[in-house]
Amino acid sequence: MKSSVIIFPGSNCDRDMDVALKKFGFQNKMIWHNDNNLPQSDLIVLPGGFSYGDYLRCGSIAGKSKIINSVKEFAKSGGLVLGICNGFQILTETGLLPGVLQQNKNIEFICKNVFIKINNKENKYFNNIDKEILELHIAHNEGNYFCTNDELKKLQDNNQIAVSYCDEKGNCDDAINPNGAIKNIAGIFNENKNILGMMPHPERMIDKHLSGEDGSIFFKNLLNNLKK
Amino acid sequence: MKVKVIVTLKNGVLDPQGKAIQQTLNGMGFPNVESVRQGKYFDVEVNEKNEDKAKSKVEEMCKNLLANLVIEDFKIL
Repeated sequence: MKSSVIIFPGSNCDRDMDVALKKFGFQNKMIWHNDNNLPQSDLIVLPGGFSYGDYLRCGSIAGKSKIINSVKEFAKSGGLVLGICNGFQILTETGLLPGVLQQNKNIEFICKNVFIKINNKENKYFNNIDKEILELHIAHNEGNYFCTNDELKKLQDNNQIAVSYCDEKGNCDDAINPNGAIKNIAGIFNENKNILGMMPHPERMIDKHLSGEDGSIFFKNLLNNLKK
Repeated sequence: MKVKVIVTLKNGVLDPQGKAIQQTLNGMGFPNVESVRQGKYFDVEVNEKNEDKAKSKVEEMCKNLLANLVIEDFKIL
């Protein structure tokens, strides 16, 4: 399976993502944001970081870069697009995903492990995954997901809330909400479930000695689903 | 000509920075500050002499980049 990771000026999780994808068997290419064309890919990843120094609004400048038109076309044709952290912010700024990621409610940069509950497995990302809860890492200043009530209703009605912050047992309540995100939302799909944006970093959880392996489970499962 | 734009958060949208500024002002001896909302200001120099045309271009810029209409409103001065 072929993947492409887009690099923007200020991306800093692009190489971690490259390592993770290759570790689990993807043939990955790194693509510069100023390129016009994407190589043929089964998965496009918008990595974490601080594209353009988070100027104006996180992800807003990257969302207008040259390569984004190709990413939009790829997504509209049903291709899988995964945005992690700043990648999620870019997806909302391009309009590929609804809503916006605002500054964390407590005005602090949050860097810690969190548990997230998988809400919908009927998609390429989580189909057949043998866990309900994943322990992943978050590191962000703007992860406070917000959308209008109408959008929220659409997300709920169409099962687009992909993952939610929860405790070890899977309870999603205000007390464990790290950043103030509406309904504890950690990640969402588009209507067709081929685009996934989420704040937690699976690429940081691929080594049992360094971190944890719930990211490994995510990538292995994704690759298996793509092969089917 | 120069076009001035103010971008503000919509009513009801949480503004943690504004809240922190308000609390700091209260602590500095301004107890009567009840609320602060933080916004952004842009000076956009457009190579266009016709004011209406320049403003209409800037309006397009606001809708597409300068403001995120999910949470922000803009005002062209």
